[in-house]
Amino acid sequence: MLNVFLTVIRRDLLVAFRRRAELMNPVLFYVIVTTLFPLGVSPDVHFLSQLAPGLVWVTTLLAALISVESIFRQDFEDGSIEQLFLSPHPISLLIFGKVVAHWLITGVPMLGIVPLMALLLHIPGQALPVLWVTILLGTPILSLVGAIGAALTAGLRGGGMLLGMLVLPLYIPVLIFASSAVSASMDGLAVSGQLAMLGAGLILALILAPFAISASLRISMG
Amino acid sequence: MWNYLRKLSSLKYYYEWSGKWVPWLTGFTVVLMIVGFYWGLFVAPADYQQGESYRIIFVHVPAAWMSMFVYVVMAVAGFIALVWRTKVSEIVVSECAVIGAMFTALALITGMLWGKPTWGTYWQWDARLTSELILLFLYLGIIAIHSAIEDSRVAARVASILAVTGVINIPIIHYSVTWWSSLHQPNMQLLSKSPSVHPSMLYPLLVMAAAFQVYFFGLLFIRMRNEILYRERLTNWVKKLLARN
Repeated sequence: MLNVFLTVIRRDLLVAFRRRAELMNPVLFYVIVTTLFPLGVSPDVHFLSQLAPGLVWVTTLLAALISVESIFRQDFEDGSIEQLFLSPHPISLLIFGKVVAHWLITGVPMLGIVPLMALLLHIPGQALPVLWVTILLGTPILSLVGAIGAALTAGLRGGGMLLGMLVLPLYIPVLIFASSAVSASMDGLAVSGQLAMLGAGLILALILAPFAISASLRISMG
Repeated sequence: MWNYLRKLSSLKYYYEWSGKWVPWLTGFTVVLMIVGFYWGLFVAPADYQQGESYRIIFVHVPAAWMSMFVYVVMAVAGFIALVWRTKVSEIVVSECAVIGAMFTALALITGMLWGKPTWGTYWQWDARLTSELILLFLYLGIIAIHSAIEDSRVAARVASILAVTGVINIPIIHYSVTWWSSLHQPNMQLLSKSPSVHPSMLYPLLVMAAAFQVYFFGLLFIRMRNEILYRERLTNWVKKLLARN
């Protein structure tokens, strides 16, 4: 069973690496949106570092939303999803493999780019480890919950805006706990509460989301 | 019991069954609304701090209660629709989304009108206002995706999944927002031995809450009956029904 799971991940990673240019897109989007804030709000150091935890996380939410939109699109159109449903293996597991692959492609690069974001937004170095941990715990939740929305809108034309309406309200707890953990660590306060909540959210999403995603895909296939 | 429920899941039987209820529900709504409004607006004393402006709670609080109650009804109906695929519960989901959004908007608007004289501002980013606003977004999302899908049965099942996902998330969203900030006064203790609301204000409030509850079911039944007639417009029983009238 683990074998099948790994095969799905390997297949999705392979497809992604065949189009290497697109791999950088979420990261580039992330950097570009971040540069908009100093331009639009204020480049002042104190002001920016005060806003920074929220800015980083709002940008993460938007990047996750945009990248998750296409998670099933191609497979849905060329019929690969239907093949997965026809296989004798539990569909939730296969779909979970696809989400994991998606997170490896979009979430993990964010871990790499986050120090640069911290530099641009004047987040002090002491807060960097916590920022990292929030990204590590938070982005899988975003991928899992976002995939539910993506599965529901997979068959629709122009589902992007709709996906935002469905998914962004569900992202709010992640935004609250993650950005508050980062700002607490900037002030030298304890962050274990926020991180524990993020961890609990991740566990809940890991348990429930695969079933919701596969049920949604089944409905979208009609 | 199961037989009865199975019968009720047929659109034709449900149409006849709900037809008997609608006049009663309408009548009770009118009576309770008149009693509640008169009691709340004229008989109940003015608040010693807020004066007359507090009277908006006789609409605001029941609307806020209903905004959450309707979501639960919608999620339960959504679960039934996903498991047993009954058409009646599918219609409950889509109609509840509209009615629930309406109650939520009403609670928000009355809350803002009350906030201006009391807090001195229409909007405060406090926990309950914010989670009520997010609840409105959840309702609007369900309405949006329901109207985006043409096949009404697929649309209903998609909306059901969202409703069930949302009902798991609502407590999480609510507690995260509460934790994030709180300015709003704590929940009213209505059923404890020493209620925090004086009986002269509490009783009209409870009457209004009952009125809103009955109003919801009346409205739900009427809206569902319209939807059933529309969906079944090509069947013989609807044609006969229309020919008779």
